[in-house]
Amino acid sequence: MNSLARWFTATLVAVAAITFLAGCGMRIPSDPGGTLTEVTGGTLRVGVSHTPGLIEATGDGIEGPLVATVESFAEEHDATVEWTVQSEEQLVGLLQQDEIDLAVGGFTEESPWTGMVGMSRSYSLPGTPPETKCVMLVQLGENEFLTALETFLDDEVKS
Amino acid sequence: MTTAGSKQEKHEYLPDEQKQALRKAVRWQLFTIGYTICTIAVVALVMGNSQAMKTAWVEDMLSLLPQLAFLVSILVVRRKPTRRHPYGWHRAVGVGHLIAGVALLAVGGMLGFEAVSGLVKVEKATIGTLDLFGHTVWLGWLAIAVMVLIIIGPLIYGPAKLKLAPKLHNKILFADADMAQADWHTNAASIVGVLGIGLGLWWLDGAAATFIALGIMSDGVRNAMAALADLMDQRARTVDGKKPHPLAGEIVECARSADWVADAAVRVRDEGQVLHAEVFVKPKSDEVTLEQVGDLVDEIIEIDWKVHDVVVVPTGDLPDIADDGRRGG
Repeated sequence: MNSLARWFTATLVAVAAITFLAGCGMRIPSDPGGTLTEVTGGTLRVGVSHTPGLIEATGDGIEGPLVATVESFAEEHDATVEWTVQSEEQLVGLLQQDEIDLAVGGFTEESPWTGMVGMSRSYSLPGTPPETKCVMLVQLGENEFLTALETFLDDEVKS
Repeated sequence: MTTAGSKQEKHEYLPDEQKQALRKAVRWQLFTIGYTICTIAVVALVMGNSQAMKTAWVEDMLSLLPQLAFLVSILVVRRKPTRRHPYGWHRAVGVGHLIAGVALLAVGGMLGFEAVSGLVKVEKATIGTLDLFGHTVWLGWLAIAVMVLIIIGPLIYGPAKLKLAPKLHNKILFADADMAQADWHTNAASIVGVLGIGLGLWWLDGAAATFIALGIMSDGVRNAMAALADLMDQRARTVDGKKPHPLAGEIVECARSADWVADAAVRVRDEGQVLHAEVFVKPKSDEVTLEQVGDLVDEIIEIDWKVHDVVVVPTGDLPDIADDGRRGG
């Protein structure tokens, strides 16, 4: 079986290549724009879409259950949060222009912004109304940052 | 003793070896369809936003077309010729083949356009994670694992079908097997695409998708061209299309070996799975009996099961376009 032998060789080569890359300190997944590296020990720029019950801007600052979630995610990466309050559409624009790293608010899986921004899985986060399932938006293709975020949110939901 | 100047097998006559090969081919096709449906379902779960994975997924669906065309055509060609369809229904093979080829070309073109425009618009594929039994796993790893696993299938059924295709002289089966053998390119390319996303080289995904789409398009062109050539009644060729079919020469030899024949030439076309031969014979004298012609027809049709429909025409001059077994082209 000549073709099976070829397949076997190809698999070996692939495994070797992955091991080599991992050995070189290449992380998979990693961010093409380097979001996670920039955030770690620095600033997490978060866009907020005003959503009563989840996150809202009041005279005293930003309030709501999502605030604690975002802040403890930032803390995990030694980052301080910088909040920006805007409309949904403007937040999407800010993500595209690399002005913010993360957008939170009343986004759901049905959000029309797919293809323009990256989207986390859908979570019912602690402290939010039980039926509320929300997703968070990230910059397109920033897969290491998204993986870090989803890993954090998975733990958050379990705790 | 017969006196008929033409003979057509009453129905699809297959010798035992071919009958067995056909049964095996049907079984392999059904197995392939089942296998492909499973891979389509699994890939759908893990493909994420990767354009390369999506393209490979659509290719999986398209790869069902030749199998369906094969199964439908072997049912249709069994129908007996009628006055309305005097040549029988063998062209169903070519028609199915052409439809599959054009569909591959069209969808391949669409996928290629999508991949290239994604590259131009810098659409970076976002692949997140999956909660797998309490562990957060990057979906890309699962996609790679699935693509590595499903490489195996075509490597088993591809060669098996490739062995059966020449026995049955079935061009759909040949094209199908040929595509299956090249299928690992698709899987390898989609793995490269996903790894590219993983390494932050977002453009590798679009590049891999473009590569896969080009592969689909070239499959389409090859299939459509092969089908068209037969539908346009080109001189019959071997199942891989590489050289003129040797049976034409054998028929000419057979005709020349009759003691009343001075020279002979033949016009053979491929009706799909069987051949239709018009044999022109130049007699040594002006007197030819119906018995001589009838016996020659009987002899020629016995050469091979593929020689399905034979007409013997005594003539003064052999037509220039007919195959006299001496010239190529």
